[in-house]
Amino acid sequence: MITSSRDIMLLPTPFHSRVEAMCDMNDWGNWMGYTTPNAYFDVELEYFAIRSTTGVFDLSPMNKYRITGPDAEAYLNRMVTRNVSKLGINRVGYAVWCNDAGQVMDDGTIFRLGEQDFRLCSYQRADDWLAWCTLGFDVTITNESEDLAGLAVQGPTSCTILTLLGCEGLDQLKPFGIAHFTFEGAPMMVSRTGFTGDLGYEVWVAPAQAEALWDQLFEHGREYLIKPIGSYALDMARIEAGFIQAHVDFVPSEEVVRNGRTRSPFELGLEWLVDFSKPLFNGRSALLAEKANGSRYRFAMLDIEGNKPAEHSFIMKGDKVVGTVTSAAWCPTVKSNIAYAQLEMPHGAVGDELVAEIYYQRELHWTRMLAPCRVIDGPLFNPKRRRQTPAPPF
Amino acid sequence: MTDYDAIIIGAGHNGLICGSYLAKAGQRVLILDARDQAGGCASTREVAPGFRMSDCAQWLYQFDDAIVRDLGLEAAGLKVGARKRTVALQADGDHLSIDGDFLRGAGIGTKDQAAFQAFREQMDVFGKLMLKLYRGRAPKLVDANWPDRLTLMKLGLGLKLMGKTNMQDLMRIVLINIYDVMNENFDHEGLKAALALDAITGTNMGPRSPNTVYTYLHRALGNQLQSKGVVQVMGGMGALGDVLQKVAETHGATVRLGSPVQAIVKEEDRVCGVTLADGTTLRAKAVISSADPTTTFRDLLGYQHLETGTARRAAQYRTRSGTAKLHLALSDLPAFSGLDTAALSQRLVIAPTMDAIESAFNPMKYAECGPKQVFDISIPSIEDPSLAPSGQHVLTALVHYLPFAPKGGWEGQRQAVLDNLIEQLEAYAPGIKGQIVASELLVPPDFEAAYGMTGGNWHHGELSIDQALMMRPFPGSTQYKTTIDGLFLCGAGAHPGGSLMGLPGRNAAKEMIKQGAFA
Repeated sequence: MITSSRDIMLLPTPFHSRVEAMCDMNDWGNWMGYTTPNAYFDVELEYFAIRSTTGVFDLSPMNKYRITGPDAEAYLNRMVTRNVSKLGINRVGYAVWCNDAGQVMDDGTIFRLGEQDFRLCSYQRADDWLAWCTLGFDVTITNESEDLAGLAVQGPTSCTILTLLGCEGLDQLKPFGIAHFTFEGAPMMVSRTGFTGDLGYEVWVAPAQAEALWDQLFEHGREYLIKPIGSYALDMARIEAGFIQAHVDFVPSEEVVRNGRTRSPFELGLEWLVDFSKPLFNGRSALLAEKANGSRYRFAMLDIEGNKPAEHSFIMKGDKVVGTVTSAAWCPTVKSNIAYAQLEMPHGAVGDELVAEIYYQRELHWTRMLAPCRVIDGPLFNPKRRRQTPAPPF
Repeated sequence: MTDYDAIIIGAGHNGLICGSYLAKAGQRVLILDARDQAGGCASTREVAPGFRMSDCAQWLYQFDDAIVRDLGLEAAGLKVGARKRTVALQADGDHLSIDGDFLRGAGIGTKDQAAFQAFREQMDVFGKLMLKLYRGRAPKLVDANWPDRLTLMKLGLGLKLMGKTNMQDLMRIVLINIYDVMNENFDHEGLKAALALDAITGTNMGPRSPNTVYTYLHRALGNQLQSKGVVQVMGGMGALGDVLQKVAETHGATVRLGSPVQAIVKEEDRVCGVTLADGTTLRAKAVISSADPTTTFRDLLGYQHLETGTARRAAQYRTRSGTAKLHLALSDLPAFSGLDTAALSQRLVIAPTMDAIESAFNPMKYAECGPKQVFDISIPSIEDPSLAPSGQHVLTALVHYLPFAPKGGWEGQRQAVLDNLIEQLEAYAPGIKGQIVASELLVPPDFEAAYGMTGGNWHHGELSIDQALMMRPFPGSTQYKTTIDGLFLCGAGAHPGGSLMGLPGRNAAKEMIKQGAFA
């Protein structure tokens, strides 16, 4: 529990004192009720810290739920579309979950901590849905959101820095693996996960250890050019790496009020997460029907000519608007202009040639540009170090 | 691969009717029931040696003629008595008699008489439309298909054809309460109360609860049928169960009694059969449950086998009840003050005013047994002497309201409540106490235990607009289908609801045949 001297509306995270001290830009945003930096000193330089050295991102506002009990695995299997039984102990899996209509409510990660012990990290608050899902299952759900502080430590030198911090043998940890260490006499969990598509880790400690973790991380990382990163830099990295984001690339189905604005996993390019061999999961019959009858939309990754980010662009096929862009960025490492688009079927097959209608202004002068673009098969940024075990030393 | 085309859970009237229609259409049907007697709530029980009583439902209000015809129930031995008048007992002995469109006694004025006829006429208009809606599947409003659109169009046309005043009135009153509607129409307190009693029977609502106009219309539907009112079944209500069992078997269905279903079996993503208490698994192309939705989804299938949205809707389905039953074996015909012996065979109600009904309802809301209840009394042994030893009689009464789980539990206060009920009767029928050979009080948990009705609710779930028509039992499981392939509903928890109508069973069978459920 974080207490504050007065009644403030946005909460500080357990790292706030340290974050504030380093946030030279003083540019803050509201992330699910927490005050978090959009940028610390320079968005591009923060981005390059992720790609070239190490960037540290405070992800404490993520919602964390502990799911325990004899039916914990069955419970999660009914809730999410992927098969949780295949997730080993000390492994992490990315997952989406749907309502009965097969429309995505949220995405997140499931940490398997034991046979009957899981942690779910979600973007949205999910207390009510998780509680409703318990009907018929012997499980206990605990909201651990305020009991855990988390830092994403991402970039080529991240393994080295964390090893110096005391995570001995961390280089042996496989992607999506979990390792347990002791920090300041208290448990510290490290998972090889992240939102940047790079070699990187997420480090979880109790709020009491948060400030010490931050301090020691930056102390050990100084020579390895560790930098704090804000949400703008992270956004560039995640677009480059091919990750979608709730509220940006889809609207959580429980928040949608207008008919037809929700999206199914198929419509978000997440078919690989849907395991129909499971006899039951929320949305299964609706998704089977969608598979048989076809989806309304296709999620497409576009490589767009030029360097003007196609933010909020209409995507055209000839004269016809066939979709819109949800996320767009100029990605410095792959030197490409990338956008995610929701396209009406049947458009958006890999290789489709389309046109992005981009508006940009320079000194109040607006320019409309029709930029040719092509649907690509997955993210352009996908470095070997992301997958290598042992993690390569930098 | 399958043992049967259809396995029906529950040999209540709806299960038997559904099974009969399916068997008649050539399906191999097995009907299972935990009890040793078919008929479910259509049941006769020997409460004391030689005294047999309708154990649950005591009146037939609205059993559909179409079913009687289709299944040849009369030829199979179904005998019902003459239409009953309703006699609303008044404290001063000047009782009110309601006979079809006519009112007599209790100082009823011409104004109320005229108003009653006008009221009945309007209820008939509404009832005709309702019966049409009740005799088929309720249309879906969203993702409607052509048959549903057609039904909706017919419904719209039906509303239009009622004329502007009737249509406006229906729209205006259908969501309000019977208390206000009675006050709007009538002056006589006894009349208002006697009519309002019809609206609350078997429910967890008082006259001032919203939805009670809908339940009144539901009950008044009987006026559209051949019986045009309340009748008793000769041999007790169990005779209806026996006839239905016989008919089902004649049509080729197998009825297996004393075989409780332990679980509905789901393999992969579809329901494929049932497991019995003895461990046997029986397989079928379709499992059709006439058990109430809570029993079906929570107990037999398990919420863990449903998608969350469905599980949640099933868990939120309201199925409480305040209806209890008083059973008396009498050494002689009781004498009610001011009432002719000839009138004793009629339907007798003790509900002096609507406020008296509401006052009986109030304590129940707080899990208390109130000091006074209202009664809906039948002395069936007058018309049907076979129910009691010669010269002796049985009296059964629906009693409102007693809570499902009173503070302190039932066991400590059951006798006191029973004594109090008899005391209340004694006030209207002096000397009845001395005639009692045996007495018994059945409270909502008794009905749950004996008939598997969750919460003791006679309708298999509150019959209110949010759980009626296209939302019965809840969205996603309407039109007799559930969200799980292979599992269907045919009980009172399905459209159009409870009250020994038989329509859920008939509609379910017809709908399943039409949809090719056995292909």
